[in-house]
Amino acid sequence: MEKVNVKQQKAKPGVARLNINGKDIEAKEGQTILQAAQDYNIYVPSLCYLEGIHQFGGCRMCMVEVEGMKTLVASCMVKVKDGMVVRTNTAKVRQARKINCELLLSDHPQDCLACERSGQCELQTLARTLGITSHRFRGELSPGSVEVTPSITRDTTKCIQCRRCVSVCGHVQGIGVLDAQGRGFSTVIGPASGLNIEEMDCTNCGQCVAACPVNALSETSSIQKVWDAINDPALRVVVQVAPAVRVGIGEEFGMTPGQAVTGKLATALKEMLFDDIFDTNFAADLTILEEGTEFLERAKAAIKNGKGVLPMITSCSPGWIKYLEHFYPDYTANLSTCKSPHMMLGAVIKSYYAHRLGVDPKSLYVVSIMPCTAKKFEIERPEMVNDGCRNVDAVLTTRELARMIREAGIDFENLQPSEFDLPLGLSTGAADIFGVTGGVMEAAMRTVYELVTGREMPLEHLRASSEKGHEHIKKAEFKFENCLPQYDFLEGFTARVAVTSGFVGAKELMEQVAKGEGGYHFIEVMGCPGGCVTGGGQPRSTLRTAWASRAQGLYDVDSAKKLRKSHENPAIKKLYTDFLLEPLSHKSHELLHTHYTPRGKYNERLGPRED
Amino acid sequence: MGTDTKQANLLQDDAAEEREKLDAIQAVIQTYRDKPGCLIAVLHLAQEIYGYLPLEVQRVIAEGMGETLSHVSGVVSFYSYFSTVPRARHAIKICLGTACYVRGGKRIVDRLEEELGISVGERTPDGKFSIIITRCLGACGLAPVVMIDEDVHQQVNPDKIEKILAKYQ
Repeated sequence: MEKVNVKQQKAKPGVARLNINGKDIEAKEGQTILQAAQDYNIYVPSLCYLEGIHQFGGCRMCMVEVEGMKTLVASCMVKVKDGMVVRTNTAKVRQARKINCELLLSDHPQDCLACERSGQCELQTLARTLGITSHRFRGELSPGSVEVTPSITRDTTKCIQCRRCVSVCGHVQGIGVLDAQGRGFSTVIGPASGLNIEEMDCTNCGQCVAACPVNALSETSSIQKVWDAINDPALRVVVQVAPAVRVGIGEEFGMTPGQAVTGKLATALKEMLFDDIFDTNFAADLTILEEGTEFLERAKAAIKNGKGVLPMITSCSPGWIKYLEHFYPDYTANLSTCKSPHMMLGAVIKSYYAHRLGVDPKSLYVVSIMPCTAKKFEIERPEMVNDGCRNVDAVLTTRELARMIREAGIDFENLQPSEFDLPLGLSTGAADIFGVTGGVMEAAMRTVYELVTGREMPLEHLRASSEKGHEHIKKAEFKFENCLPQYDFLEGFTARVAVTSGFVGAKELMEQVAKGEGGYHFIEVMGCPGGCVTGGGQPRSTLRTAWASRAQGLYDVDSAKKLRKSHENPAIKKLYTDFLLEPLSHKSHELLHTHYTPRGKYNERLGPRED
Repeated sequence: MGTDTKQANLLQDDAAEEREKLDAIQAVIQTYRDKPGCLIAVLHLAQEIYGYLPLEVQRVIAEGMGETLSHVSGVVSFYSYFSTVPRARHAIKICLGTACYVRGGKRIVDRLEEELGISVGERTPDGKFSIIITRCLGACGLAPVVMIDEDVHQQVNPDKIEKILAKYQ
């Protein structure tokens, strides 16, 4: 190897000067070689490394040569040092990576053409990049099995044991359903003692699915079910789209992360021959009226006779609901009784809308496009039924919809935008921000403050912020003054609200609640870190910057709208006038509210399984 | 009636014994819970107390040590020393290290399997014996070696087995 001298100038503090492939670069001290290389667009392949989440050195794909070191090193594990000379593309490096990849492939079912991940598989991409053109090594395959739950399909025959899912479930979400079981060739990544994830405290959040580089973890597909419904002449298929999908799906078609493609999405759904294209946003506005009113009722009861259960906690995120049922089963009374928005819309479609059409609700088939895997479990909850009809018949993730759009041969990027159908496709900006952490709280406060005081709250006052040492929790306070007469009980009342996303934050917050700390009145929790924009059903992105762009995308959509407060939505007003009468009415309770199931960490509160 | 009472008493004794064992495991957890890296030590002691580590015991340990059940189970399933099924009263460990192997260790295994009617890793129906293969026990000079409980039997050959087993009840 040709000697390179990089120590020509004195290094700045906190900066390491090194040389990669003959190029002098500056890296921050504490960075790994891989990170430094990525900053300078020097490609180093990697399979198990996931920025900010998983650093394990297990896959040995990011091996590089470092001058002075006897062996190749995993660049995701070795920190940069001043004067380091690194080579990422020598024959030795390429050969080592190639052999490692070939060995991984030798224990992998080689049925790529019939695999859902084909074309979007990190292992496949890597094999292509490394120039693998034959199966040199063939041998015994390690044991594996397939588990199918309503939300997640786990196929351990395809697992390459990178353990990203172990890190995501254990450290990012703080649950730890998955871990390495057994040893050596027979190691399986899965729950304790060969149990199924369904028997564990899995919330179905799907963060493991989003992190999986291959098809070992995937959402349980509803694609065929939905095509069948579309093709069934006896069914009218009604589709609805969650807020976060419109800033996520573009990535599946190579568009910039965070770009809102609402109009193209509506057109694509029409071209796929869905009969009605509605917006879950409509139901987000509806949720605000129901949940906001519920909060005021609870606050009234608490202030007047100490009976209202506070803090009230939001119930839009089914992953969070299941988390609470497992880990804080004694707090189900704190959850808002509101169903999540898409369940509400399902219930409204099969009652109000069916009646308007003059059709039997059983002839309607409701499909929800969600950024979420937990929603697939949610629709199968026994309580999500009204008049013998499931509120929602199928959930597709953002990724599944993208696949269907491709199957339908639609050129997504070049579609002309169109609008959602009326009346259940109309929404305000408050609904768009439901897809990002803090958004439900902000949307609720826009409406609650105005209901109580008759005055508008300046919107910029509504973003909660976090304190040092409690980065997962954001807090805000709202004081109610000069209240309207019917809300005089709130005069001078300061509502303390808290917001968190991801289960590490949720745990921290619930521990505070359990100890009676914080004095919170209203809490928003979303199961996925950052909110629905980073949901387990969103396009898989190994870049965390995409997450922030998606959140910004939703805020931009909100800002661009004329109507930004849920109670100003004319279609919602009409729904109340014509059908529900008022928030928390008898009809609302029947259709839009629900109850919860204490489960316990080991499902011990559920009683013995029936099967 | 008489036998029913006896049966009930026996069940009560079992339950009391079970509680005692779990209490002892709890005491172990209390000793180690705040010291990092002690999970394996706790599992060792718990197996000594309980005889083996069924999922319910793993759950008690996971709760006590603040670990997830999947992690505890991952550790238990990694080390062959830990067992999740009841151990026999007497574990017969046959060394198949190099020295013992070349001096006929494998023939001892075959004869034991024949004599007891079980395979390696299994337990006799009466719960008396189980057969376990081990790596080098560090007694190569005495090869082939068989360890039953804490006793080392040296220079064993298949014909000695019947006599050795007779010592254990």
